[in-house]
Amino acid sequence: MNSSALTLMVFAMGTVTLLTGYFFYRVLTAKPKPEPDSYTDDDED
Amino acid sequence: MANTESWGSRVGLILAMAGNAVGLGNFLRFPVQAIQNGGGAFIIPYLVCFLLMGIPLLWVEWSMGRFGGRKGNHSTPFILHEMDPKRALWKYIGVFGIFTNIAVAAYYCYLESWTLSYLWHSIAGTFIGQTADQVAGFFGNYVDINTSTTGIPFEPIVFWLICLLLNTWILAKGLSGGVEKVAKVGMPLLILFGIFLAIMAVTLKSGEHGAVNDGTVGLNFLWTPDYSSIWSAKVWLAAAGQIFFTLSVGMGSIQCYASYVKKKDDIALNAMSAGWMNEFVEVVLGASIIIPISIGYLGIDRVVEMTQSGGLGLGFKTLPYLFTQWGPTLAMIAGVCWFGLLFFAGITSSLAMGTPVMGFLKDEFGWKHKNAAWFFGLIILVLGLPCVLYFKEGVFDEYDYWAGTVGLVVFALFEIILFAWIFGMDKGWKEINAGADIKVPTIFRFIIKYVTPLFIGGVFVASLPGIWEKITSTGLPWQVHAARVLLLLMFATTCWFVRVAYMKRKANMKNWTK
Repeated sequence: MNSSALTLMVFAMGTVTLLTGYFFYRVLTAKPKPEPDSYTDDDED
Repeated sequence: MANTESWGSRVGLILAMAGNAVGLGNFLRFPVQAIQNGGGAFIIPYLVCFLLMGIPLLWVEWSMGRFGGRKGNHSTPFILHEMDPKRALWKYIGVFGIFTNIAVAAYYCYLESWTLSYLWHSIAGTFIGQTADQVAGFFGNYVDINTSTTGIPFEPIVFWLICLLLNTWILAKGLSGGVEKVAKVGMPLLILFGIFLAIMAVTLKSGEHGAVNDGTVGLNFLWTPDYSSIWSAKVWLAAAGQIFFTLSVGMGSIQCYASYVKKKDDIALNAMSAGWMNEFVEVVLGASIIIPISIGYLGIDRVVEMTQSGGLGLGFKTLPYLFTQWGPTLAMIAGVCWFGLLFFAGITSSLAMGTPVMGFLKDEFGWKHKNAAWFFGLIILVLGLPCVLYFKEGVFDEYDYWAGTVGLVVFALFEIILFAWIFGMDKGWKEINAGADIKVPTIFRFIIKYVTPLFIGGVFVASLPGIWEKITSTGLPWQVHAARVLLLLMFATTCWFVRVAYMKRKANMKNWTK
């Protein structure tokens, strides 16, 4: 592969893979919301 | 009867949302778009469009859905109505969120049934020993109602009915008992199959199994950037279009899925996780299978020529033949992986198309879940049959154009205006951030209000000449005209149902206040 193609591919695939992994990891490690939780601002509308 | 469904788990919801977005286009459309629009450089406008249009629309649709669900609305007509109750128009704009799903499901289920059929033929070894022309011709024979490739009469209808029944049966099982379970099995399998095929493609060696190029030649061709293309409006339009199709925004299915999220649960991180998962499947897996394998065997010039008519030909007419070059066992495994992957990509999307209709019938008319599912199946049967019978006459493409292309852009334009300018960014921003497990960058407040509507408006304006050309084109077969009438009737009928539901709501309100 030529260097510009390789650079672009590694950059694009790397970025997308890292961000996918990061957000999914955040989902897996997010603390469950306590019930009832604190967000009550719009309960009246 | 109250619509009290909910998701079983957060991961299940994300996989179902990602499954909704991941479709056949991730594998068949994206690489072809990249080749036709600047190679590797296409990723730049593509990712910019994802950031400025895709991500904002995901947040907007997820928050609209959760907002509507909190008020007991699980389909767009009354979600939109709830966001601006003073204007009667919005509930009819919201009809797009039901109509588009029905119309797209009508042809998409047929496409899905091809993958099921090809999966069967891969296992049965139908393509082993056939020439390239025979495998390519197989597709033409398959979609011809009068020809049977298995001996089963009306073969495409049979596979289509199996597919339709499977969809309806899963939908009847409910959100957590059906849709979520399929997503939890289907998405990991899809990724696994994709990784296997990508490894096979990239490690393809020239001279082995009849390959004329290394797999990396295809990757090199796909990713070599033509930076001059970045200044082309056509490339930006293609990138924006691809983002629309790949994320399933502008359909109403995201709002429906999100309406079953608990009212204080996160949507900001969920939307990011599902959205980026779709990008992973598209950019990493989608770009690494079909083009490297095809170029490995056919060379660059032939593949460029073949991609002029889209990716479907490569996926169904070429790849099954190329797999046979790997020997009977590997050909079967690769065929199962490829068509299995496409099938899971398809079914997780078509299931999402069923839920808005069912949500509407359950919310407004108190239908039981199972009845709503079977009614959806019946509508798809009626509306989908012309696609199956008159595929070659262009009915399939007609549905795809009006519902799957124009419909998405029109609805997304209306919903972003409603969210950012009428519902208002103050309330909208609060909705997006409510219960958020991530901090949404403040810049997106500006992007959602100004940039995204301009982007979508641009895409809509740019598509107007094409729409005009379609409307004024002459010499079309009667089946295409009939398809247009059918789609119009479908839209009008849905509007009528929404009107009846609204009057029913008003009458209930009057009785309640008395």
